[in-house]
Amino acid sequence: MRYVDEFRSAPLVKAMSARIAELSERLSRPVRFMEVCGGHTMAIHRFGIPALLPSQVELLSGPGCPVCVTPTAYIDRAIELGRQPGVMLTTFGDLFRVPGGEQSLEVAAGRGVDVRVVYSPRDALRMAGENPDRQVIFLAVGFETTAPTTAATVVEAKATGVSNFRVLSGHKTMPRALRALTEAPEVAIDGFILPGHVSTIIGAGPYAFLAEELGLACCIAGFEPADVLQSILSLVEQCVEDRPRVDNRYGRAVRAEGNPKACEAIARVFEPCDAQWRGIGMVPASGLDLRDEWKAFRVPPPDAALASPESGRCRCGEVLRGIIKPPQCPLFGTRCTPDTPVGPCMVSSEGACGAFFRYSS
Amino acid sequence: MCWAIPLQLTEVTGDTGKVNVGGAVREVGLQLVEDPKVGDYVLVHAGFAIQKLDEKEAQETLRLWQEIAEKMEAEGEIR
Amino acid sequence: MAERTIRLAHGSGGVLTRQLLREQVLRHFTSPLLAPLADSATLVVHGGPIAFTTDSYVVDPIFFPGGDIGKLAVFGTVNDLAVSGAIPRFISCSLILEEGLPEADLAAILSSMRDAADAAQVEVVTGDTKVVQRGKADKVFINTAGIGITPRKGPTPDAEMQAGDAVVVSGPLGDHGAAILACREGLNLESSLKSDCAPVTAAAQAVLKNAERVSFLRDVTRGGLATILNEAVADSALGVALIEEAIPIRAEVRSICELLGLDPLYLACEGRVAAIVDAESADNVVRALREATGEPQCCVIGSVSAQYKGRVVGETPFGTHRLIQMLSGEQLPRIC
Repeated sequence: MRYVDEFRSAPLVKAMSARIAELSERLSRPVRFMEVCGGHTMAIHRFGIPALLPSQVELLSGPGCPVCVTPTAYIDRAIELGRQPGVMLTTFGDLFRVPGGEQSLEVAAGRGVDVRVVYSPRDALRMAGENPDRQVIFLAVGFETTAPTTAATVVEAKATGVSNFRVLSGHKTMPRALRALTEAPEVAIDGFILPGHVSTIIGAGPYAFLAEELGLACCIAGFEPADVLQSILSLVEQCVEDRPRVDNRYGRAVRAEGNPKACEAIARVFEPCDAQWRGIGMVPASGLDLRDEWKAFRVPPPDAALASPESGRCRCGEVLRGIIKPPQCPLFGTRCTPDTPVGPCMVSSEGACGAFFRYSS
Repeated sequence: MCWAIPLQLTEVTGDTGKVNVGGAVREVGLQLVEDPKVGDYVLVHAGFAIQKLDEKEAQETLRLWQEIAEKMEAEGEIR
Repeated sequence: MAERTIRLAHGSGGVLTRQLLREQVLRHFTSPLLAPLADSATLVVHGGPIAFTTDSYVVDPIFFPGGDIGKLAVFGTVNDLAVSGAIPRFISCSLILEEGLPEADLAAILSSMRDAADAAQVEVVTGDTKVVQRGKADKVFINTAGIGITPRKGPTPDAEMQAGDAVVVSGPLGDHGAAILACREGLNLESSLKSDCAPVTAAAQAVLKNAERVSFLRDVTRGGLATILNEAVADSALGVALIEEAIPIRAEVRSICELLGLDPLYLACEGRVAAIVDAESADNVVRALREATGEPQCCVIGSVSAQYKGRVVGETPFGTHRLIQMLSGEQLPRIC
């Protein structure tokens, strides 16, 4: 595949790994870098990246999996809506098995709620057109990468006169959550591997405070093994030189200014709102809700002030903040497995626990 | 949250287009990119093109990496 | 004229049932053993121990590129017999039909089963038909049971696995799973991929007759290669190391998986075998497989290793490795 295979070349990957090891000799102390993107979590485990790094460089997984940070109240609200007569829920596959307060969409589907898995919000809109007697509700989760796709779909719905399509927005935005992460005292991070595709949309600007205010090394990274190593190399360079900045090593997909057209689409349809992040808590103005102008397409989301209680001994919150690694959770691999997930980190193959279990344990 | 892959546009009709998925074809929304053209490689996420891939940048990246690889090989660092 | 559909009365044993059997079943299944429509078929078999298997088929959609539920029902059961070293001979066919199923659809499925039975050289010798109320079954469910003969003193795949043994597959993986996926509502993919649904009798015999030791021989169905290889080494002191780059997967299957965030190692096939054979015989086995199947992408994809006890591990081109777990739950398209 073009734009993929070249970036998986073994000789390049090995060279990068050697260069990181060489440069790391000049670090004054071990460093910890956090990635905040489910795609990176998966790539790191899938390609065995930790084995290509010297012992001075440690990788942590942060809250990069949007379904992992979706509060139980959102899933419960979706199921409650799904039980109303005539409602058809449409969802990304990622959310299907995430446990809510009592059950997941999958279990609810088994008990009669009509839930359809879609790959795109446009597919959900199409289903609304094909089923005019049903009320189609799209469960819009995801970060800034996905929000513009929901926005464009809502615009299309209005333009084509569809009246049975509505959105329950669970969209969240990254930069404020990153700030909240750094304010937590227990997490000691030296730098961030920044999310490649969120950055495609928002560009490099929103991350500036991480380097300028907080002195953290940052690098926007792509998803092939060479991309990830490239970015780690940049972070090590920044630490060695003590020159934190926001570097972009995914230039083929990320422009400094991001994608203005996509940002406009978000701003046109959505406005910021407070949002509950499972594992982190409430982060002001870090969510997206439909503007009043689009209220015909809006299902009111649950109150962001509602805390998301974790079940029993689930320690997803600490995993999501990088305080513990998945095997340190007592439920990991025993009571909590991909087949019987207790918390959201285990459900998705790109949640920290799911990725670790599937590829590394 | 970022599952997007680079695919080539084979058709452009206003705000929608088609991409080649290794032989299969999938419709994509083009509302989020500027001036998409047949032959362009785009990043596809959730059924939409979210950015055009920059060929020059891709080549530049590969060239930089190749430089690192050559340097490491010269130093005998690659085992 | 409105299309003719299956009615509850077709399953009640009376006039309409006999009409259905004559017009549909006996028109397609012509074995003299079936013709009397007796309660049982009496089979006379020689040659060795009897292999016996059964499977039920509930695939949706019932018609898909490269096949249908009927073809699957015959080849699936034939293949379970073939990989145990038996020569498949007889099949039963039990149909559960949903009231309202178009008769034309039933005819198409039975015709497909007849063609599959001919290709696999088996006879449909007994069966049953039931009809349930609309909504109580999803169009049609099929159960087939199969009988095969394991030639006396013939090779069987029950040797002891040893470190260094080679893992071999009989062609590109995931075609069936990907073809079904491409038809799914909500994914909107136009694809020319076809299911690889086919009998594996010739492939199984090619493996068994050309290896000194065969310790594992299975058709790669539900759960994909990853799942069946995990089953091979579960609770074992040995494991499997796969060379990821060596695993044959069609470009279109790979791309569809990339688009949807799926792993092709978990996609079902319906006409491929995976085998573990002694390393010295690997080349012969691959050659024989290519000849028997006409499929050039038969190849070695890995080996048995004492290093990864009870696990299946994929070796990346960069010298790192990753676990390949058994499938848990159904694979769903992702955007994250």
